[in-house]
Amino acid sequence: MNKQQQQQHERSMSRVEKGLARRYRQERNFKRLGLGAILMGLLFVSFLFISIFANGYTAFQQTFVKLDVFYDPEVIAPVGETDPDVLSAGHYGGLVKATMRELFPSVTNRRDKKKLYGLISTGAAFQIRERVMQDPSVIGQRESIWVPADDDVDMLIKGHIDLSLPESDRRIKDDQLSWIQGMQEDGRVEKRFNTTFFAAGDSREPELSGIKGAAVGSFFTLLICLAISFPVGVAAAVYLEEVAPKNRWTDLIEVNINNLAAVPSIVFGLLGLAVFINFFGLPRSVPLVGGLVLALMTLPTIIIASRVALKSVPPSIREAALGVGASPMQTITHHVLPLALPGMLTGTIIGMAQALGETAPLLMIGMVAFIVDIPGGAMDPSAVLPVQIYLWADSPERAFVERTSAAIMVLLVFLISMNLLAVWLRKKFERRW
Amino acid sequence: MKKLISAAVALSLTGFVGMASARDYINVVGSSTVYPFATVVAEQFGKTSKFKTPKIESTGSGGGLKLFCAGVGVEHADITNASRRIKKSEVERCAGNGINDIIEVKVGYDGIALANSKAAPQFSVTRKDIFLALAKEVPDPKASESGRLVANPYQTWKEVNASLPDMAIEVLGPPPTSGTRDAFAELAMEGGCKKIGWIKAMKKKDKKMYKSICHTVREDGKYIEAGENDNLIVQKLEANKGALGVFGYSFLDQNSDKVQGSLVDGVAPTFELIADGSYPVSRPLYFYVKKAHVGKIPGINEYLAEFTSDKAWGDEGYLADKGLIPMPTEERKAFKSDVDGLKNLNL
Repeated sequence: MNKQQQQQHERSMSRVEKGLARRYRQERNFKRLGLGAILMGLLFVSFLFISIFANGYTAFQQTFVKLDVFYDPEVIAPVGETDPDVLSAGHYGGLVKATMRELFPSVTNRRDKKKLYGLISTGAAFQIRERVMQDPSVIGQRESIWVPADDDVDMLIKGHIDLSLPESDRRIKDDQLSWIQGMQEDGRVEKRFNTTFFAAGDSREPELSGIKGAAVGSFFTLLICLAISFPVGVAAAVYLEEVAPKNRWTDLIEVNINNLAAVPSIVFGLLGLAVFINFFGLPRSVPLVGGLVLALMTLPTIIIASRVALKSVPPSIREAALGVGASPMQTITHHVLPLALPGMLTGTIIGMAQALGETAPLLMIGMVAFIVDIPGGAMDPSAVLPVQIYLWADSPERAFVERTSAAIMVLLVFLISMNLLAVWLRKKFERRW
Repeated sequence: MKKLISAAVALSLTGFVGMASARDYINVVGSSTVYPFATVVAEQFGKTSKFKTPKIESTGSGGGLKLFCAGVGVEHADITNASRRIKKSEVERCAGNGINDIIEVKVGYDGIALANSKAAPQFSVTRKDIFLALAKEVPDPKASESGRLVANPYQTWKEVNASLPDMAIEVLGPPPTSGTRDAFAELAMEGGCKKIGWIKAMKKKDKKMYKSICHTVREDGKYIEAGENDNLIVQKLEANKGALGVFGYSFLDQNSDKVQGSLVDGVAPTFELIADGSYPVSRPLYFYVKKAHVGKIPGINEYLAEFTSDKAWGDEGYLADKGLIPMPTEERKAFKSDVDGLKNLNL
């Protein structure tokens, strides 16, 4: 190395060293930026989860009141009566009122009585009716039963009512408060696990409302969606990937499938309204139509995922199968498809999870409706979980706030478990070549 | 194999069509304002009768009447709720599709409240103030009788009316698709607009112009469209003390610990004052029944009987508990007898 070269080398070394600190700093900043993005995401997610949980966990409990009901034969039906028509026609609301009057004999004024009756849910009468229908022999006897309290009482017990406000601004008035306190001292008020929330359909009384109707509706909708989109999606993917010639037409189809995956979901709802309801005359608000619409929406997702899965099966497997004399169909059904299936299933589950959380297309086909009865099949009108959340969020009663959050929690549990299943499937069956 | 598949497909298709041709539940569509009341009746009806619970879709008044008037038959709605009266054009549309007999039932009244957070002072406005604060174009403040309109210059309530607080105008309300917005424009804004002599005189000459002056809401960000969700407006009012919100009385009733209704023309939006008609911003609620379906779809008669019973829409009924303002006894009686006799709508 001559002198000139050495000088040059030293110059460039010093230049490198001068810039080194800056480059290290840039490197650190780059890493920090990435980490910051992740932390920000986590912060938002945890904020979302915490606010939903904090709002919603109280909904899993419900306040119950113990009533000593006298199954008065004069109000319901004579002792020994077993005819269900007569039993169901009894004036059970009157029974609840009589029990409350008995509990607070000092209340005589008509207005006060109305306030007193308001402490108990209107569901109490139905509960007593059911009890009598099941076992008519209780008529004429006295029994202690726990009935749901009214939603305002429930809110009070859960501490959602600010008692420092003037009486006129509260949903629970002072005398109601003293009655409730009286019952509490007698041990007649208790918070219990809210089974109604998981066992009932929608209701306009928060304490009687539940998500079962919506969950069953979601189940039927997804079932229809899966039954249509999975076979069609896989068949389309196999054809495009394994059989179809590569030409302008298949390119065009491929571009269109990718485009469809990006179409806003409400467009599928409009399509469903025009085709299934207006043209084929299927009824509104049924899981069948909902499932068909969501199938259209998830098809592109499934086709794309399935094609990727098929692509990842190495050509050597196909060549070996063809080489030992398998027909192309045997090659696909015996070798390629089983190897690609885990990837296809993963894509399908993610597509289903997306469909489960979808509301917009269902608005168009009338699934945003008040439906009390739990659907018994794909042709019964029903709501789905996200729609139920939407409907509750729009209800005036305060107690629906916590129920909205609780329903979101249930939906999140379903979504997370579906995604975990997809991850598990991928981990278990994934093969690297 | 192929035959089997095609047979199965054919069978399932006829199965669907077969199932679609019979319906054993009542199909109700329509206004989101009537929805909270109709659903309570439906639930009560479903639980106490041997019929299935009616299905109630919240589609808005206009959307509901469109579905209702689409035709006669099980695939069409039996009843539509409306937060305004049916229009002549809609009756004609119905008639065009073979629906000649419609039963009109007035349910009760709904007050529209202009409310703000409890933490802020209560407002007392006149309808004229509301018009001046929220209209897109108002009479020139320098020469209000000149008949000249200018783009709304008012920035604070004090500028509108010196007796009002010095707070920036900020009103959260429903979007134009909402029936509540229509009623607010008609009752509150037009009510105030009429107080200005030369605009009132215009009503006879140029009705269209009059309507556009009175009903057009300003679009410079002072009136904020907060969506159809009234709960959201209540929450926003709580967070934003300087804002007022427009929503139905039932939401005011349920949130009386958080928000307070403003006095309009000196009258507070309370149950009693809306019921006796002294609160100026209240409107009737209706539902319409397709007579051709009565007797075909099980339970319609019984549903009507439940809705028009005293325990539902009476002064002490369960609908009043949910925030519906009942009609006076006489009016209730008249509508009840119309329903019992299935009397036809006559506009």
